[in-house]
Amino acid sequence: MLKKRRSLIDPGDFTVDELYSLLKLADNILKQPEKYSHACDGKLMASLFYEPSTRTKFSFDAAMNRLGGRVLGFADPSTTSAAKGETLADSAKIVSQYVDLIVLRHPKEGTALHFSRHADCPVINAGDGGHQHPTQTLTDLLTIKSYKNRLTDLKIGLCGDLKFGRTIHSLVTCMSRFENISFVFISPDELKMPSYVTDILDEKGIPYTETDDLESSMADLDVLYMSRVQRERFVSEEEYERLKDVYILTNEKLKYAKDDMIILHPLPRVNEISPEVDKDPRAVYFHQARYGMFIRMALIMTLLGFNEEVSPYA
Amino acid sequence: MLNVSAIKEGVVLDHIPCGQGYSIFKHLKLDTLDAVVVLLRNVDSEKLGKKDIIKIETGMEIDVDVLGLLAPGITVSYIHDGNCVEKVRLTLPEKVVGTLKCKNPRCISHVENIDDIVFTLVNKETKEYSCEYCESRSKL
Repeated sequence: MLKKRRSLIDPGDFTVDELYSLLKLADNILKQPEKYSHACDGKLMASLFYEPSTRTKFSFDAAMNRLGGRVLGFADPSTTSAAKGETLADSAKIVSQYVDLIVLRHPKEGTALHFSRHADCPVINAGDGGHQHPTQTLTDLLTIKSYKNRLTDLKIGLCGDLKFGRTIHSLVTCMSRFENISFVFISPDELKMPSYVTDILDEKGIPYTETDDLESSMADLDVLYMSRVQRERFVSEEEYERLKDVYILTNEKLKYAKDDMIILHPLPRVNEISPEVDKDPRAVYFHQARYGMFIRMALIMTLLGFNEEVSPYA
Repeated sequence: MLNVSAIKEGVVLDHIPCGQGYSIFKHLKLDTLDAVVVLLRNVDSEKLGKKDIIKIETGMEIDVDVLGLLAPGITVSYIHDGNCVEKVRLTLPEKVVGTLKCKNPRCISHVENIDDIVFTLVNKETKEYSCEYCESRSKL
């Protein structure tokens, strides 16, 4: 029986050792990109975006191109067989006959897992609705590892919409697998971290505190992860207007932070980080986007079997 | 008091919470069975106060996972030659395949009509199951 090629659907699909190996490969690529410019020569990646996402699509497409591979796909499903009523299961089967790897974004939750079960090649989840966005989590890990030189012994503050932010949930769940991590959840009561995340922390005995005060939480943080309050998650426009600017990170507030704290944000931002903060050396969110491309390069190589330390088979 | 004699061959479902006997009777389609079937309701019980009992005078396969979902806590006794040869106390199953539907309207299972979804028990107290696709939790 043929072995099943592994996919990336959830950040938990990789063990901690495999995550370290992936981050090491990304770091090597970052330091010597030219060495990897032909790593995926002759390989073809399908980039299937059933909902718009300029940033993630560009990042994946750039990653494959920089590895010497080729990309085909769409960013508008109205031009595909989906418009004719073809099931995703059939689309997965068909597309995987043409390509070596599929990158998929879809608005429905759980689509990536469903797609991967029918595809004959690896599938990378590039976001399935409000469910998972594992490559954003890998991006966050690479950014933290690059700046802090470790993924252990960190106090991580997460601020803003902790209720609906899928990247926040993924990051907390993933970081909870590393040693000596603690969290500070900063949000208004209406946007608190959901219990399914805090249940995991409680089970593992990982310390966390919940507060609505950004300034007083700042002093001993190693990482501050800001997030946008997403308009599309609110039923009431009034409620959104009331909460959207609850937290605005400014230079004044950053006076309370450590000199080596880093500020992350999955982007796009709205008002939650004042533009004046961009010049602060602790603001690493624009570099974070660049790291996203390097970790995606490492991920593509790994799933295509070009990372000796991680098996490409499930 | 009504006296129903013990069966010699078959299955006895006991400790059914009072009032649920008929729904289990319907679920198992016992009305279509060509055998003696007795549904006893409001039977005095030390544990439950009142309970329902179903006696089926023929051997039949019981899907204990599905029955465990419907009424955790009931006991299924298999009778042979008038003796109980196996007794199973039903609990909420750890995994349920193809029985539950995801309640999250944003789940892909509604678009693709996936009918063999695996649900995993995540909280026994609240009887919550998690959908393998969207991981959203649904209460029974």
